[in-house]
Amino acid sequence: MATATEFRTCPNTGLKVDLAAERLIKANAVVAIVFLAIGGLFGILVAFTRWPAVHLLPADWFYLALTAHGLDVLLVWIIFFEIAVLYFASAVLLNSRLAAPKFAWAGFVLMVVGALITNVAVLQGDSSVMFTSYVPMRAAPNFYLGLILFAVGALIGCFVFFGTLVVAKAEKTYEGSIPLVTFGAMTAAIIAVFTIVSGAIILIPTWLWSYGLIPDIDPVIYKLIWWGMGHSSQQINVSAHVAIWYAIAALVFGAKPLSEKVSRMAFLMYILFLQIASAHHMLVEPGLSSEWKIFNTSYAMYLAVLGSMVHGMTVPGSIEAAQRKNGYDRGLFEWLRKAPWGNPAFSGMFLSLLMFGFLGGISGVVMGVEQINLIMHNTLYVPGHFHATVVAGTTLAFMAITYVLVPLIFRRELILKGWARLQPYVFGIGVAGNSLFMMGAGTLGVSRRHWDISFADASLPFDYPAAAFLMMGLNGISAILAMLGGLMFVIVVVGSVFFGRKLGADEKVSLGEVAGSGRAVASYGSSDTIKIPGTAVLVAIFFIAFVLYYFVNWKYLSEIWPMS
Amino acid sequence: MALTPPSERIWWKEPIAKIELTWILIAFCWGLIMFFMMIYWHGAGEQNLSNETYRIKPEVFAERAQAMIDEYTVREEEGFPVVRPPPGSDVYLIARLWMWWPILELEKDQSYRLHLSSLDWQHGFSLQPVNINVQVHPGYDLVMTIKPDVAGEYGVVCNEYCGLGHHNMVGKIYVVE
Ligand code: HEM
Ligand SMILES: [Cu+2]
Ligand SMILES: [Cu+2]
Repeated sequence: MATATEFRTCPNTGLKVDLAAERLIKANAVVAIVFLAIGGLFGILVAFTRWPAVHLLPADWFYLALTAHGLDVLLVWIIFFEIAVLYFASAVLLNSRLAAPKFAWAGFVLMVVGALITNVAVLQGDSSVMFTSYVPMRAAPNFYLGLILFAVGALIGCFVFFGTLVVAKAEKTYEGSIPLVTFGAMTAAIIAVFTIVSGAIILIPTWLWSYGLIPDIDPVIYKLIWWGMGHSSQQINVSAHVAIWYAIAALVFGAKPLSEKVSRMAFLMYILFLQIASAHHMLVEPGLSSEWKIFNTSYAMYLAVLGSMVHGMTVPGSIEAAQRKNGYDRGLFEWLRKAPWGNPAFSGMFLSLLMFGFLGGISGVVMGVEQINLIMHNTLYVPGHFHATVVAGTTLAFMAITYVLVPLIFRRELILKGWARLQPYVFGIGVAGNSLFMMGAGTLGVSRRHWDISFADASLPFDYPAAAFLMMGLNGISAILAMLGGLMFVIVVVGSVFFGRKLGADEKVSLGEVAGSGRAVASYGSSDTIKIPGTAVLVAIFFIAFVLYYFVNWKYLSEIWPMS
Repeated sequence: MALTPPSERIWWKEPIAKIELTWILIAFCWGLIMFFMMIYWHGAGEQNLSNETYRIKPEVFAERAQAMIDEYTVREEEGFPVVRPPPGSDVYLIARLWMWWPILELEKDQSYRLHLSSLDWQHGFSLQPVNINVQVHPGYDLVMTIKPDVAGEYGVVCNEYCGLGHHNMVGKIYVVE
């Protein structure tokens, strides 16, 4: 029954790597990237259709492509990659065998099958209901079935992760507490369980309803529970990509968290104050009280936001501290100027950090204000916001860590290093453009999920301002950049995995270009040795931008029709 | 490193750097300000979404709207009745695949009790160019008191995806002096 676990030894870290875990990490990461490519293609079709001068797809194909885009990137790409991250953060980092690899494979198969079933249902054409599938609009039963199977598979992945934590503890494969990155991954996995349970509570009845077995489903309750899944899963993404920020800071700079206590508390905030996170999707819905909305949209007074703001300081702070230790100690920003900007793992990670904070974080909090939501709900501002969080933030961070996983886990040298160097910038600038121009269009009132903003065949005439059309054109141009960046990523990574030079069993991988990178910096971290003035300036700029933008939007709100 | 177990085994007893503590405090206070801002606006602000909602059957909502249309229609426009209900009254706007029915004509600086509901799927009431966006559900009658303060011609775009005709679902509200 129990077959002996086979290991290899990582020449960089000396950690034992369970070969079964390694195979699972590879499989999940590869499938993730395949779906990123497919979903990205749909994204491009959507962006070109929304570019008024191009208006690529006919209406029915547009809504189909938009449904497929949301599903394949938001669910399939991200969750497959997260499962790979979970296995990496448990088995590999804890020097342990993976608990129950057979179950892990069963979960993997369920996820693949589920993703395929839902994709086929969408491509067949009667399930263009958007990935949110709000009732009473009805998709084909297989649309829901595929999602349910996918979720069950992901749940199995989470339990394999928890099992591995238990195994590692019992077999004493590490000393003391689990590493911070593993702690972050654990946060993600705990939230994932809550997420998937919410998903089951709503999707299973909806699936039965699609067969006519349940007479009807209340549309407000549906949304409430659906977003219990939909929003919590964004908190999984945040936990996972913040863990990756810490991981890359450690790999490239040997950076050590400023304070384990603070960083771990910040992760814990995500779990404790998740609340009914669906609230900020329901701020202009009928049937819910303002008290309920205010308490929940603020996650109990913004304590989860506090968690992110803390990471926003501690991650660059740990890099600054490490760089200063490495000798880049001049002025405010030598540590940042002399950072390895040509290393895609670092540049991707740092761009992810900046854009997640400045674009995604600020816009998200502002849009989540009960009253301000009135001037943004369901406009393009919403996709503008979440392309900053989930694409510039999560996706870019996942891309960045992939550049490290290719040599460490796939044991291949990267091909096309010049492309890899450029890729985070091309993709990052493109996505920043998508995000900003969609937010701009949304501010001008342009609706999301809308095929024709010129209203050529509408029942009554209406015109958005000319500036809105300009925004959509600029969004289309940014999409070209984002597409190129995405394509470069897929070519570099897939090319490396299949054709990159195989690394010898004892060959060390160089992860950074800075002197002393890859090795742990000597101990610091107590209150008197930390000196991070550069980070303090960055954080101050962020805070000022946040406060200004927040109050500007109250000003905009005060200019609309009085209502109560 | 973040990839290895903490180097100080009793990490929870390590002191926190002053700069970190300062930021945590600032961020926490900012959270409180943002929280109380929403409550403050309910008292001092003029733009708050109403909490008044009733369950309603689509047929009943349609009947009430029809009664208003029968009584106050002033003219027709492209097949839509243009309805001018008296200030202060209950005004009904039907969302259905794929139109906003009827066209409303309201007086500037007068209050109305606007009822929004859908007869079929979810729709999104997106009043342009003021950019007021409210979700419309079947089975729920959302009653909001509105007071248009700028005269003009407003478009009502549907901004919740509602099937193939979604982008053709446009309504109109006139605000007259
Ligand atoms: C090539 C890169 C990408 C481009 C050009 C792009 C562009 C777009 C555009 C134009 C929309 C439509 C907005 C609307 O009409 O309402 C959209 C929607 C969306 N995108 Fe992307 N996107 C890209 C990558 C991604 C990635 C990587 C993710 C997730 C990780 C993502 C998640 C979403 C989601 C969830 C929606 C909403 C779908 C819906 O409203 O149902 N996108 N994207
Ligand atoms: Cu509609
Ligand atoms: Cu619609």
